[in-house]
Amino acid sequence: MDKTIPTLAEAVADIHDGAVLMVGGFGGSGAPIELIHALIDRFVATGSPKNLTVINNNAGNGRIGIAAMIDMGMVKKMVCSFPRSADPRAFTEKYLAGEIELELVPQGTLAERIRAAGAGIPAFYTPTSFGTELAKGKPVKEFDGRSYVEERWLKADFAIVKGQLGDPYGNITYRMAGRNFNPLMCMAAAKSIVQVSKIVPAGGIEPEQVITPGIFVDRIVEVANPRQEEDMNRAGEVYA
Amino acid sequence: MTEKLSNAQIAWRAAQDIEDGAYVNLGIGFPEIVAKFQPEGREAIFHTENGVLGFGEAPPKGQEDWDLINAGKKAITLKPGAAFFHHADSFAMVRGGHLDVAILGAYQVAQNGDLANWSVGAKGVPAVGGAMDLVHGAKRVAVITDHVTKDGKPKLLEACTLPLTGVACVTRVYTSLCVVDIENGRFVLREKLPSISLEDLQAVTGATLVIDGPVADLIVPELD
Repeated sequence: MDKTIPTLAEAVADIHDGAVLMVGGFGGSGAPIELIHALIDRFVATGSPKNLTVINNNAGNGRIGIAAMIDMGMVKKMVCSFPRSADPRAFTEKYLAGEIELELVPQGTLAERIRAAGAGIPAFYTPTSFGTELAKGKPVKEFDGRSYVEERWLKADFAIVKGQLGDPYGNITYRMAGRNFNPLMCMAAAKSIVQVSKIVPAGGIEPEQVITPGIFVDRIVEVANPRQEEDMNRAGEVYA
Repeated sequence: MTEKLSNAQIAWRAAQDIEDGAYVNLGIGFPEIVAKFQPEGREAIFHTENGVLGFGEAPPKGQEDWDLINAGKKAITLKPGAAFFHHADSFAMVRGGHLDVAILGAYQVAQNGDLANWSVGAKGVPAVGGAMDLVHGAKRVAVITDHVTKDGKPKLLEACTLPLTGVACVTRVYTSLCVVDIENGRFVLREKLPSISLEDLQAVTGATLVIDGPVADLIVPELD
């Protein structure tokens, strides 16, 4: 078995117009900047993919990564918990102009909806958002005297995430808090694409250390020295 | 003009109630400074939504590692015994009742414990983050806040007028003037600045302050 893909361009080649795309990371931590930029390169060259629904905790920062996708007009809808950042201009302008949709989801509910999709659980109940405007229209049920809101699973056609080590079987480790949503997204997407700092031979990751087992991963691609969104933004970089 | 506590002093007071060995989540912004005022000899373990338990102070400038941040996207450091985990586990710690204390900011708190701290209404881009999750699950949900808004309106009310973050979730409020517990749908006054009379405190509070047991002087050291 060999899930390695030689180039970033090949790794994202079949992400199609209208796809639901999970993008890993929390802010810049664990964000697959190089995979996102490979997708932007394809859009610039071919006009595709567009009309994407993007699922991420945030909605881009600065003029790179998801913010650059939004700037380029690739994104139809964001599903996120916190569409604000140090420089949220890209999303804010399009949102206030009515050019992008927003589904606002509490952060823990977002994580659990993604996990549920990966685990084959179509709905679950959570106390989060009960009695608030984010629970409007959702079924409510009482358990042991307390009210809970029904939430649905959240699936995707593709996930692009960043890991640390990967092997040809798709086993993945993450670096520090860069783990965040990434293991969940690998579970929930029909096709999961992971950029890692180093591809090692099978056996190169101790089985005890595997965080995402390869069954949840379809493709891995090596990006030896991945950039950090925060560093790029501090340098004022623009990707568009 | 009445004397009032600074934000640092409110945070100091809240920190005195954190027990040794407590697992604590501090909301982003103002609540983050509570960590500075841990009483000598007590150890709290701080949780952040993006998957870290046991983090410490910010690193020196220039030594940030941007894979090691807190929920406010600020660079942090690790203490010995820290742990990383993914987002679903992180919020299992929250909703599963494993946190001892969550300390959050507030726009408004109601006497039944309703909290409004995520949205000031329809304008702009709405953002909720982990606030609606954090108010459910922690054994104690405390709020730290100025007693009134910038234009002098009460923040402690009979009912919130802003969009709710959670229903009947707050258990204690530390303000710039007093400490109140929320018990049986009432604000029960526990401590107040000695320099403010009960009448004057009531006048800047939007719901009845109930006296049920002793009211101690709120004494906080000079800070900064």
